[in-house]
Amino acid sequence: MDQELIDALMRQHIGLEEPNVAAVFAQREAVQVADLNDEAASELNEITLRAGFRARLVAPLLRGEHVVGMLVVRRRTPGAFVQNTVDLIKTFAAQSAVAIENARLFHDVEASLQDLRTAQDRLVQTQKLASLGQLTAGIAHEIKNPLNFVNNFSAVSAELLDELRETLKSIKVVPEARDAIADLTDRLRDNLDKIVQHGKRADSIVKNMLLHSREGSGEHRPVDINALVEEAVNLAYHGARAEKQGFNVALERSFDPAAGKAEVFPQEITRVLLNLISNGFYAATKRKGQVNSEGYEPTLTAATKNLGDRVEIRIRDNGTGIPPEVKEKMFNPFFTTKPAGEGTGLGLSLSHDIVVKQHAGSIEVDTRPGEFTEFRVVLPRTAASQAKRGGQA
Amino acid sequence: MTLLVLVVDDEPDVEVLFRQQFRRELRGGRFTMEFAQSAAAALRRITDAAAASLILILSDINMPGMSGLDLLPKARAARPDVPIIMITAYGDAETKRMALEGGAEALLTKPIDFGMLRNEIETRVERAA
Repeated sequence: MDQELIDALMRQHIGLEEPNVAAVFAQREAVQVADLNDEAASELNEITLRAGFRARLVAPLLRGEHVVGMLVVRRRTPGAFVQNTVDLIKTFAAQSAVAIENARLFHDVEASLQDLRTAQDRLVQTQKLASLGQLTAGIAHEIKNPLNFVNNFSAVSAELLDELRETLKSIKVVPEARDAIADLTDRLRDNLDKIVQHGKRADSIVKNMLLHSREGSGEHRPVDINALVEEAVNLAYHGARAEKQGFNVALERSFDPAAGKAEVFPQEITRVLLNLISNGFYAATKRKGQVNSEGYEPTLTAATKNLGDRVEIRIRDNGTGIPPEVKEKMFNPFFTTKPAGEGTGLGLSLSHDIVVKQHAGSIEVDTRPGEFTEFRVVLPRTAASQAKRGGQA
Repeated sequence: MTLLVLVVDDEPDVEVLFRQQFRRELRGGRFTMEFAQSAAAALRRITDAAAASLILILSDINMPGMSGLDLLPKARAARPDVPIIMITAYGDAETKRMALEGGAEALLTKPIDFGMLRNEIETRVERAA
Protein backbone atom coordinates (compact mmCIF):
# COMPACT_ATOMS: atom_id res chain seq x y z
CA MET A 1 0.00 0.00 0.00
CA ASP A 2 1.37 3.43 -0.79
CA GLN A 3 1.30 6.28 1.67
CA GLU A 4 -1.45 8.04 -0.26
CA LEU A 5 -3.80 5.09 0.14
CA ILE A 6 -2.93 4.65 3.81
CA ASP A 7 -3.70 8.32 4.37
CA ALA A 8 -6.97 8.04 2.43
CA LEU A 9 -8.03 5.01 4.45
CA MET A 10 -7.01 6.60 7.71
CA ARG A 11 -9.20 9.56 6.88
CA GLN A 12 -12.07 7.28 5.97
CA HIS A 13 -14.56 6.67 8.74
CA ILE A 14 -15.56 3.03 8.41
CA GLY A 15 -18.93 2.66 10.06
CA LEU A 16 -21.22 -0.25 10.67
CA GLU A 17 -23.21 0.78 7.58
CA GLU A 18 -20.39 -0.38 5.24
CA PRO A 19 -21.56 -3.58 3.49
CA ASN A 20 -18.78 -5.95 4.67
CA VAL A 21 -18.59 -4.47 8.14
CA ALA A 22 -22.29 -4.88 8.76
CA ALA A 23 -22.24 -8.48 7.57
CA VAL A 24 -19.19 -9.43 9.64
CA PHE A 25 -20.66 -7.73 12.66
CA ALA A 26 -23.99 -9.52 12.23
CA GLN A 27 -22.60 -13.00 11.42
CA ARG A 28 -19.38 -12.90 13.48
CA GLU A 29 -17.88 -14.72 10.50
CA ALA A 30 -15.38 -13.82 7.79
CA VAL A 31 -16.93 -12.25 4.70
CA GLN A 32 -15.31 -11.81 1.30
CA VAL A 33 -15.85 -9.90 -1.91
CA ALA A 34 -14.41 -11.75 -4.91
CA ASP A 35 -14.55 -8.72 -7.18
CA LEU A 36 -14.80 -5.20 -5.84
CA ASN A 37 -16.17 -4.10 -9.23
CA ASP A 38 -19.34 -5.99 -8.35
CA GLU A 39 -19.68 -4.26 -4.98
CA ALA A 40 -22.19 -1.44 -4.54
CA ALA A 41 -20.52 1.94 -5.13
CA SER A 42 -19.22 3.67 -2.00
CA GLU A 43 -16.38 5.99 -1.12
CA LEU A 44 -14.50 3.13 0.48
CA ASN A 45 -15.03 0.93 -2.56
CA GLU A 46 -13.81 3.70 -4.85
CA ILE A 47 -10.65 4.36 -2.80
CA THR A 48 -9.81 0.67 -2.71
CA LEU A 49 -10.37 0.19 -6.45
CA ARG A 50 -8.36 3.32 -7.26
CA ALA A 51 -5.48 1.85 -5.26
CA GLY A 52 -5.54 -1.20 -7.52
CA PHE A 53 -7.26 -3.75 -5.30
CA ARG A 54 -9.88 -6.13 -6.61
CA ALA A 55 -10.74 -8.61 -3.84
CA ARG A 56 -11.35 -8.14 -0.10
CA LEU A 57 -11.61 -10.50 2.86
CA VAL A 58 -12.84 -9.21 6.23
CA ALA A 59 -12.48 -11.35 9.37
CA PRO A 60 -13.87 -10.41 12.80
CA LEU A 61 -11.64 -9.98 15.87
CA LEU A 62 -13.74 -11.65 18.53
CA ARG A 63 -13.58 -11.36 22.27
CA GLY A 64 -16.05 -14.01 23.30
CA GLU A 65 -19.19 -13.07 21.41
CA HIS A 66 -18.18 -9.45 20.93
CA VAL A 67 -16.68 -8.10 17.76
CA VAL A 68 -13.89 -5.83 19.00
CA GLY A 69 -12.34 -5.17 15.59
CA MET A 70 -11.91 -6.46 12.08
CA LEU A 71 -9.00 -7.68 10.04
CA VAL A 72 -9.16 -6.59 6.39
CA VAL A 73 -7.07 -8.31 3.70
CA ARG A 74 -7.05 -6.96 0.13
CA ARG A 75 -5.68 -8.55 -3.05
CA ARG A 76 -4.84 -7.02 -6.41
CA THR A 77 -6.29 -9.92 -8.42
CA PRO A 78 -10.01 -10.60 -8.41
CA GLY A 79 -11.42 -13.97 -7.39
CA ALA A 80 -12.55 -15.81 -4.26
CA PHE A 81 -10.07 -16.38 -1.42
CA VAL A 82 -9.36 -20.13 -1.15
CA GLN A 83 -10.40 -21.93 2.03
CA ASN A 84 -6.77 -22.30 3.22
CA THR A 85 -6.24 -18.55 3.03
CA VAL A 86 -9.56 -17.88 4.76
CA ASP A 87 -8.63 -20.30 7.56
CA LEU A 88 -5.18 -18.75 7.89
CA ILE A 89 -6.65 -15.24 8.09
CA LYS A 90 -9.28 -16.40 10.61
CA THR A 91 -6.58 -17.96 12.80
CA PHE A 92 -4.50 -14.81 12.54
CA ALA A 93 -7.57 -12.71 13.43
CA ALA A 94 -8.26 -14.93 16.46
CA GLN A 95 -4.62 -14.61 17.64
CA SER A 96 -4.69 -10.87 17.08
CA ALA A 97 -7.87 -10.57 19.10
CA VAL A 98 -6.21 -12.40 22.00
CA ALA A 99 -3.10 -10.24 21.72
CA ILE A 100 -5.13 -7.02 21.61
CA GLU A 101 -7.22 -8.20 24.54
CA ASN A 102 -4.07 -8.98 26.55
CA ALA A 103 -2.62 -5.58 25.79
CA ARG A 104 -5.89 -3.94 26.83
CA LEU A 105 -6.01 -5.93 30.08
CA PHE A 106 -2.39 -5.05 30.79
CA HIS A 107 -3.17 -1.39 30.23
CA ASP A 108 -6.18 -1.64 32.56
CA VAL A 109 -4.11 -3.31 35.26
CA GLU A 110 -1.49 -0.60 34.98
CA ALA A 111 -4.13 2.11 35.20
CA SER A 112 -5.75 0.42 38.22
CA LEU A 113 -2.36 0.11 39.86
CA GLN A 114 -1.75 3.82 39.28
CA ASP A 115 -5.20 4.64 40.73
CA LEU A 116 -4.43 2.44 43.70
CA ARG A 117 -1.08 4.17 44.26
CA THR A 118 -2.71 7.60 44.05
CA ALA A 119 -5.43 6.54 46.47
CA GLN A 120 -2.82 5.10 48.82
CA ASP A 121 -0.75 8.31 48.70
CA ARG A 122 -3.82 10.34 49.48
CA LEU A 123 -4.78 8.02 52.30
CA VAL A 124 -1.32 8.34 53.80
CA GLN A 125 -1.52 12.14 53.53
CA THR A 126 -4.97 12.16 55.07
CA GLN A 127 -3.78 9.98 57.91
CA LYS A 128 -0.74 12.21 58.38
CA LEU A 129 -2.99 15.23 58.57
CA ALA A 130 -5.26 13.41 60.97
CA SER A 131 -2.44 12.35 63.28
CA LEU A 132 -0.81 15.78 63.06
CA GLY A 133 -4.20 17.17 64.03
CA GLN A 134 -4.57 14.79 66.95
CA LEU A 135 -1.05 15.47 68.14
CA THR A 136 -1.58 19.22 67.96
CA ALA A 137 -4.91 18.95 69.75
CA GLY A 138 -3.33 16.81 72.47
CA ILE A 139 -0.47 19.24 73.00
CA ALA A 140 -2.78 22.24 72.92
CA HIS A 141 -5.00 20.74 75.62
CA GLU A 142 -2.07 19.84 77.81
CA ILE A 143 -0.71 23.38 77.51
CA LYS A 144 -4.06 24.83 78.52
CA ASN A 145 -3.79 23.44 82.05
CA PRO A 146 -0.48 25.08 83.03
CA LEU A 147 -1.52 28.17 81.08
CA ASN A 148 -4.59 28.39 83.28
CA PHE A 149 -2.31 28.70 86.29
CA VAL A 150 0.07 31.17 84.61
CA ASN A 151 -2.74 33.48 83.53
CA ASN A 152 -4.84 33.31 86.64
CA PHE A 153 -2.00 33.39 89.18
CA SER A 154 -0.44 36.40 87.44
CA ALA A 155 -3.79 38.18 87.29
CA VAL A 156 -4.49 37.55 90.97
CA SER A 157 -0.89 38.51 91.87
CA ALA A 158 -1.41 41.88 90.20
CA GLU A 159 -4.48 42.40 92.36
CA LEU A 160 -2.57 41.30 95.48
CA LEU A 161 0.21 43.73 94.66
CA ASP A 162 -2.30 46.59 94.43
CA GLU A 163 -3.58 45.57 97.84
CA LEU A 164 -0.03 45.49 99.16
CA ARG A 165 0.57 49.02 97.87
CA GLU A 166 -2.61 50.20 99.57
CA THR A 167 -1.48 48.59 102.83
CA LEU A 168 2.01 50.12 102.57
CA LYS A 169 0.51 53.61 102.23
CA SER A 170 -0.65 53.46 105.83
CA ILE A 171 2.82 52.60 107.11
CA LYS A 172 5.30 55.31 107.96
CA VAL A 173 8.69 54.75 106.32
CA VAL A 174 11.64 56.98 105.52
CA PRO A 175 11.26 58.81 102.16
CA GLU A 176 14.12 56.86 100.48
CA ALA A 177 12.48 53.57 101.44
CA ARG A 178 9.10 54.84 100.21
CA ASP A 179 10.63 55.71 96.83
CA ALA A 180 12.36 52.34 96.63
CA ILE A 181 9.11 50.54 97.52
CA ALA A 182 7.16 52.53 94.93
CA ASP A 183 9.78 51.81 92.30
CA LEU A 184 9.92 48.08 93.08
CA THR A 185 6.16 47.58 93.24
CA ASP A 186 5.74 49.52 89.99
CA ARG A 187 8.20 47.23 88.31
CA LEU A 188 6.55 44.15 89.75
CA ARG A 189 3.21 45.41 88.55
CA ASP A 190 4.59 46.00 85.03
CA ASN A 191 6.10 42.53 85.00
CA LEU A 192 2.84 40.94 86.08
CA ASP A 193 0.99 42.84 83.38
CA LYS A 194 3.50 41.47 80.88
CA ILE A 195 2.96 37.93 82.14
CA VAL A 196 -0.81 38.38 81.79
CA GLN A 197 -0.40 39.84 78.31
CA HIS A 198 1.91 37.08 77.06
CA GLY A 199 -0.17 34.41 78.76
CA LYS A 200 -3.19 35.66 76.83
CA ARG A 201 -1.11 35.56 73.69
CA ALA A 202 -0.12 31.95 74.36
CA ASP A 203 -3.77 31.18 75.00
CA SER A 204 -4.82 32.60 71.64
CA ILE A 205 -2.09 30.57 69.91
CA VAL A 206 -3.38 27.44 71.62
CA LYS A 207 -6.93 28.30 70.57
CA ASN A 208 -5.75 28.70 66.98
CA MET A 209 -3.90 25.42 67.12
CA LEU A 210 -7.07 23.69 68.27
CA LEU A 211 -9.03 25.40 65.53
CA HIS A 212 -6.52 24.11 63.00
CA SER A 213 -6.47 20.63 64.38
CA ARG A 214 -10.00 19.67 65.23
CA GLU A 215 -9.67 15.93 65.43
CA GLY A 216 -10.96 14.11 62.43
CA SER A 217 -12.26 16.01 59.49
CA GLY A 218 -15.81 14.84 59.51
CA GLU A 219 -17.35 13.13 56.56
CA HIS A 220 -16.77 13.23 52.85
CA ARG A 221 -19.98 14.20 51.11
CA PRO A 222 -21.46 16.22 48.24
CA VAL A 223 -21.65 19.85 49.30
CA ASP A 224 -23.17 22.93 47.72
CA ILE A 225 -20.07 24.99 46.93
CA ASN A 226 -21.75 28.41 46.96
CA ALA A 227 -23.28 27.72 50.37
CA LEU A 228 -19.93 26.49 51.69
CA VAL A 229 -18.10 29.62 50.48
CA GLU A 230 -20.86 31.91 51.77
CA GLU A 231 -20.67 30.29 55.19
CA ALA A 232 -16.88 30.58 55.32
CA VAL A 233 -17.00 34.26 54.29
CA ASN A 234 -19.52 35.02 57.04
CA LEU A 235 -17.59 33.04 59.64
CA ALA A 236 -14.32 34.78 58.79
CA TYR A 237 -15.96 38.20 58.67
CA HIS A 238 -17.64 37.91 62.05
CA GLY A 239 -14.53 36.34 63.52
CA ALA A 240 -12.44 39.29 62.31
CA ARG A 241 -14.95 41.81 63.64
CA ALA A 242 -15.02 40.13 67.02
CA GLU A 243 -11.23 40.00 67.16
CA LYS A 244 -10.33 43.49 65.99
CA GLN A 245 -12.14 46.67 66.86
CA GLY A 246 -12.64 48.91 63.88
CA PHE A 247 -12.26 46.06 61.43
CA ASN A 248 -13.78 47.09 58.15
CA VAL A 249 -13.36 45.32 54.83
CA ALA A 250 -16.00 45.43 52.11
CA LEU A 251 -17.22 42.02 50.95
CA GLU A 252 -18.08 41.21 47.38
CA ARG A 253 -19.54 37.94 46.18
CA SER A 254 -19.63 36.66 42.65
CA PHE A 255 -21.19 33.24 42.85
CA ASP A 256 -21.82 31.23 39.71
CA PRO A 257 -25.38 29.85 40.04
CA ALA A 258 -24.12 26.77 38.16
CA ALA A 259 -21.32 26.10 40.68
CA GLY A 260 -23.36 23.19 42.04
CA LYS A 261 -22.02 20.49 44.31
CA ALA A 262 -18.67 18.78 44.83
CA GLU A 263 -17.71 15.79 46.94
CA VAL A 264 -15.44 17.19 49.65
CA PHE A 265 -14.59 17.05 53.34
CA PRO A 266 -16.62 20.22 54.08
CA GLN A 267 -14.92 20.95 57.39
CA GLU A 268 -11.49 20.81 55.76
CA ILE A 269 -12.43 23.00 52.80
CA THR A 270 -14.01 25.48 55.23
CA ARG A 271 -10.71 25.51 57.09
CA VAL A 272 -8.88 26.32 53.83
CA LEU A 273 -11.35 29.09 52.97
CA LEU A 274 -11.16 30.59 56.46
CA ASN A 275 -7.38 30.71 56.08
CA LEU A 276 -7.47 32.36 52.67
CA ILE A 277 -10.20 34.82 53.65
CA SER A 278 -8.57 35.87 56.92
CA ASN A 279 -5.24 36.27 55.11
CA GLY A 280 -7.09 38.50 52.63
CA PHE A 281 -8.62 40.55 55.45
CA TYR A 282 -5.17 40.86 57.00
CA ALA A 283 -3.57 42.10 53.77
CA ALA A 284 -6.38 44.57 53.01
CA THR A 285 -6.36 45.91 56.58
CA LYS A 286 -2.58 46.23 56.45
CA ARG A 287 -2.71 48.27 53.24
CA LYS A 288 -5.39 50.49 54.76
CA GLY A 289 -3.01 51.18 57.65
CA GLN A 290 -0.20 52.30 55.36
CA VAL A 291 0.50 55.89 54.42
CA ASN A 292 -1.13 57.20 51.23
CA SER A 293 -4.11 54.95 51.81
CA GLU A 294 -6.54 57.82 51.30
CA GLY A 295 -9.44 56.81 49.11
CA TYR A 296 -8.45 53.18 49.45
CA GLU A 297 -11.36 50.85 50.02
CA PRO A 298 -10.25 47.48 51.47
CA THR A 299 -12.25 44.83 49.61
CA LEU A 300 -12.40 41.06 49.60
CA THR A 301 -14.06 39.18 46.76
CA ALA A 302 -15.21 35.57 46.93
CA ALA A 303 -16.13 34.00 43.61
CA THR A 304 -17.13 30.56 42.35
CA LYS A 305 -17.23 29.15 38.85
CA ASN A 306 -18.52 25.97 37.28
CA LEU A 307 -15.75 24.21 35.30
CA GLY A 308 -17.71 21.12 34.33
CA ASP A 309 -16.22 18.19 36.23
CA ARG A 310 -14.41 20.66 38.49
CA VAL A 311 -15.40 23.76 40.40
CA GLU A 312 -13.33 26.87 41.03
CA ILE A 313 -13.27 29.07 44.12
CA ARG A 314 -11.43 32.40 44.03
CA ILE A 315 -10.61 34.54 47.05
CA ARG A 316 -9.24 37.94 46.07
CA ASP A 317 -8.19 40.90 48.17
CA ASN A 318 -6.98 44.31 47.06
CA GLY A 319 -4.40 44.38 49.86
CA THR A 320 -0.64 44.59 50.05
CA GLY A 321 0.09 41.73 47.63
CA ILE A 322 2.85 39.17 48.05
CA PRO A 323 6.49 39.90 47.13
CA PRO A 324 8.17 37.21 44.97
CA GLU A 325 10.55 36.02 47.71
CA VAL A 326 7.57 35.36 50.00
CA LYS A 327 5.50 33.78 47.24
CA GLU A 328 8.21 31.15 46.83
CA LYS A 329 8.05 30.03 50.45
CA MET A 330 4.53 30.76 51.54
CA PHE A 331 3.28 27.17 51.28
CA ASN A 332 6.12 25.92 53.52
CA PRO A 333 5.12 24.84 57.02
CA PHE A 334 5.87 27.38 59.77
CA PHE A 335 6.66 30.13 57.25
CA THR A 336 4.96 33.36 58.25
CA THR A 337 5.35 37.06 57.58
CA LYS A 338 3.06 38.08 60.39
CA PRO A 339 4.50 39.60 63.57
CA ALA A 340 5.32 37.16 66.39
CA GLY A 341 2.16 35.84 67.95
CA GLU A 342 -0.13 36.65 65.02
CA GLY A 343 0.49 33.69 62.74
CA THR A 344 1.47 30.06 63.19
CA GLY A 345 2.84 29.70 59.65
CA LEU A 346 0.67 26.63 59.23
CA GLY A 347 -2.34 28.12 57.47
CA LEU A 348 -1.25 27.97 53.84
CA SER A 349 0.79 24.82 54.28
CA LEU A 350 -2.24 22.98 55.68
CA SER A 351 -4.47 24.52 53.03
CA HIS A 352 -2.15 23.26 50.33
CA ASP A 353 -2.15 19.73 51.78
CA ILE A 354 -5.93 19.70 52.15
CA VAL A 355 -6.63 20.91 48.61
CA VAL A 356 -3.88 19.11 46.72
CA LYS A 357 -3.19 15.95 48.67
CA GLN A 358 -6.56 15.28 50.23
CA HIS A 359 -8.91 16.49 47.49
CA ALA A 360 -6.72 16.06 44.38
CA GLY A 361 -7.39 19.70 43.55
CA SER A 362 -5.09 22.62 42.92
CA ILE A 363 -4.31 25.89 44.66
CA GLU A 364 -2.61 28.76 42.84
CA VAL A 365 -1.85 32.33 43.67
CA ASP A 366 -1.81 35.40 41.48
CA THR A 367 -0.53 38.58 43.07
CA ARG A 368 0.91 42.02 42.40
CA PRO A 369 2.66 43.70 45.32
CA GLY A 370 0.74 46.76 46.43
CA GLU A 371 -2.28 45.84 44.33
CA PHE A 372 -3.95 42.50 44.92
CA THR A 373 -3.67 38.83 45.81
CA GLU A 374 -5.93 36.17 44.38
CA PHE A 375 -6.01 32.53 45.45
CA ARG A 376 -7.60 30.13 43.02
CA VAL A 377 -8.70 26.77 44.39
CA VAL A 378 -9.94 24.17 41.93
CA LEU A 379 -11.67 21.06 43.26
CA PRO A 380 -12.77 18.00 41.31
CA ARG A 381 -16.49 17.36 41.67
CA THR A 382 -15.93 13.71 42.37
CA ALA A 383 -12.72 11.94 43.12
CA ALA A 384 -13.47 8.26 42.94
CA SER A 385 -10.08 7.34 44.32
CA GLN A 386 -10.22 10.01 46.96
CA ALA A 387 -9.06 8.67 50.28
CA LYS A 388 -11.65 8.38 52.98
CA ARG A 389 -10.57 9.61 56.32
CA GLY A 390 -11.03 7.15 59.13
CA GLY A 391 -13.64 7.72 61.79
CA GLN A 392 -11.65 9.70 64.32
CA ALA A 393 -13.77 11.08 67.09
CA MET B 1 -25.47 28.12 107.94
CA THR B 2 -22.35 28.76 105.85
CA LEU B 3 -22.82 27.99 102.18
CA LEU B 4 -20.32 25.54 100.73
CA VAL B 5 -18.78 25.33 97.27
CA LEU B 6 -16.89 22.10 96.53
CA VAL B 7 -14.08 22.19 93.98
CA VAL B 8 -12.87 18.89 92.50
CA ASP B 9 -9.48 18.93 90.74
CA ASP B 10 -6.46 16.67 90.96
CA GLU B 11 -4.05 19.62 90.79
CA PRO B 12 -3.24 20.91 94.32
CA ASP B 13 -2.45 24.41 92.97
CA VAL B 14 -6.12 24.79 92.14
CA GLU B 15 -6.85 25.28 95.84
CA VAL B 16 -4.18 28.00 96.15
CA LEU B 17 -5.48 29.77 93.06
CA PHE B 18 -9.16 29.61 94.07
CA ARG B 19 -8.47 30.75 97.63
CA GLN B 20 -6.58 33.78 96.29
CA GLN B 21 -9.10 34.61 93.57
CA PHE B 22 -12.03 34.42 96.01
CA ARG B 23 -10.12 35.85 98.99
CA ARG B 24 -12.58 38.72 99.51
CA GLU B 25 -15.68 36.51 99.43
CA LEU B 26 -14.05 33.91 101.68
CA ARG B 27 -12.81 36.56 104.12
CA GLY B 28 -16.26 38.18 104.14
CA GLY B 29 -17.90 34.81 104.81
CA ARG B 30 -20.15 34.91 101.70
CA PHE B 31 -19.40 31.19 101.34
CA THR B 32 -16.71 28.63 102.11
CA MET B 33 -14.78 26.47 99.72
CA GLU B 34 -13.60 22.92 100.07
CA PHE B 35 -11.29 21.05 97.76
CA ALA B 36 -11.22 17.40 96.76
CA GLN B 37 -8.28 16.07 94.77
CA SER B 38 -10.14 13.10 93.31
CA ALA B 39 -13.65 12.23 92.22
CA ALA B 40 -13.79 9.50 94.88
CA ALA B 41 -12.87 11.95 97.65
CA ALA B 42 -15.46 14.38 96.28
CA LEU B 43 -18.15 11.71 96.35
CA ARG B 44 -17.37 10.89 100.00
CA ARG B 45 -17.61 14.58 100.84
CA ILE B 46 -20.91 15.02 98.98
CA THR B 47 -22.62 12.15 100.78
CA ASP B 48 -21.24 13.39 104.09
CA ALA B 49 -24.02 14.73 106.36
CA ALA B 50 -21.96 17.84 107.04
CA ALA B 51 -22.30 18.81 103.39
CA ALA B 52 -25.92 19.91 103.88
CA SER B 53 -25.01 23.48 103.04
CA LEU B 54 -23.47 22.50 99.71
CA ILE B 55 -24.77 24.83 96.97
CA LEU B 56 -22.44 24.14 94.04
CA ILE B 57 -19.89 21.62 92.78
CA LEU B 58 -17.14 22.67 90.36
CA SER B 59 -15.39 19.70 88.83
CA ASP B 60 -12.48 19.08 86.50
CA ILE B 61 -13.02 16.36 83.87
CA ASN B 62 -9.61 14.80 83.28
CA MET B 63 -8.59 13.18 86.54
CA PRO B 64 -6.81 9.92 87.23
CA GLY B 65 -9.15 7.13 88.34
CA MET B 66 -12.74 8.29 88.28
CA SER B 67 -13.13 11.14 85.76
CA GLY B 68 -15.33 14.16 86.22
CA LEU B 69 -17.79 12.73 83.71
CA ASP B 70 -18.01 9.51 85.77
CA LEU B 71 -18.54 11.54 88.90
CA LEU B 72 -21.41 13.53 87.36
CA PRO B 73 -24.28 10.98 87.51
CA LYS B 74 -23.15 9.69 90.93
CA ALA B 75 -23.06 13.17 92.41
CA ARG B 76 -26.39 14.04 90.80
CA ALA B 77 -27.92 10.87 92.27
CA ALA B 78 -26.57 11.64 95.74
CA ARG B 79 -27.51 15.31 95.68
CA PRO B 80 -30.06 16.12 92.94
CA ASP B 81 -30.48 19.58 94.46
CA VAL B 82 -26.85 20.60 93.90
CA PRO B 83 -25.87 21.94 90.47
CA ILE B 84 -22.56 20.86 88.97
CA ILE B 85 -20.40 22.97 86.66
CA MET B 86 -17.63 21.20 84.78
CA ILE B 87 -14.31 22.97 84.23
CA THR B 88 -12.08 21.54 81.52
CA ALA B 89 -9.39 22.25 78.97
CA TYR B 90 -11.47 20.28 76.47
CA GLY B 91 -14.13 22.69 75.29
CA ASP B 92 -15.11 20.73 72.18
CA ALA B 93 -18.70 20.05 71.24
CA GLU B 94 -18.49 16.35 72.10
CA THR B 95 -17.22 16.93 75.66
CA LYS B 96 -19.84 19.63 76.13
CA ARG B 97 -22.58 17.30 74.94
CA MET B 98 -21.45 14.52 77.27
CA ALA B 99 -21.25 16.88 80.23
CA LEU B 100 -24.69 18.36 79.64
CA GLU B 101 -26.26 14.94 78.99
CA GLY B 102 -24.65 13.69 82.20
CA GLY B 103 -26.51 16.36 84.12
CA ALA B 104 -23.96 19.18 84.33
CA GLU B 105 -25.46 22.65 84.43
CA ALA B 106 -22.67 24.26 82.42
CA LEU B 107 -19.19 23.68 81.08
CA LEU B 108 -16.43 26.27 81.57
CA THR B 109 -13.17 26.01 79.68
CA LYS B 110 -9.64 26.62 80.87
CA PRO B 111 -8.03 29.06 81.25
CA ILE B 112 -10.79 29.80 83.77
CA ASP B 113 -12.54 33.13 83.41
CA PHE B 114 -12.85 33.99 87.11
CA GLY B 115 -15.15 36.92 86.40
CA MET B 116 -17.65 34.53 84.86
CA LEU B 117 -17.15 31.94 87.58
CA ARG B 118 -17.69 34.59 90.27
CA ASN B 119 -21.06 35.47 88.68
CA GLU B 120 -22.05 31.79 88.60
CA ILE B 121 -21.26 31.37 92.29
CA GLU B 122 -22.92 34.67 93.31
CA THR B 123 -26.15 33.63 91.54
CA ARG B 124 -26.27 30.43 93.65
CA VAL B 125 -25.33 32.24 96.84
CA GLU B 126 -28.15 34.74 96.36
CA ARG B 127 -30.63 31.98 95.55
CA ALA B 128 -29.63 30.03 98.67
CA ALA B 129 -29.59 33.07 100.96
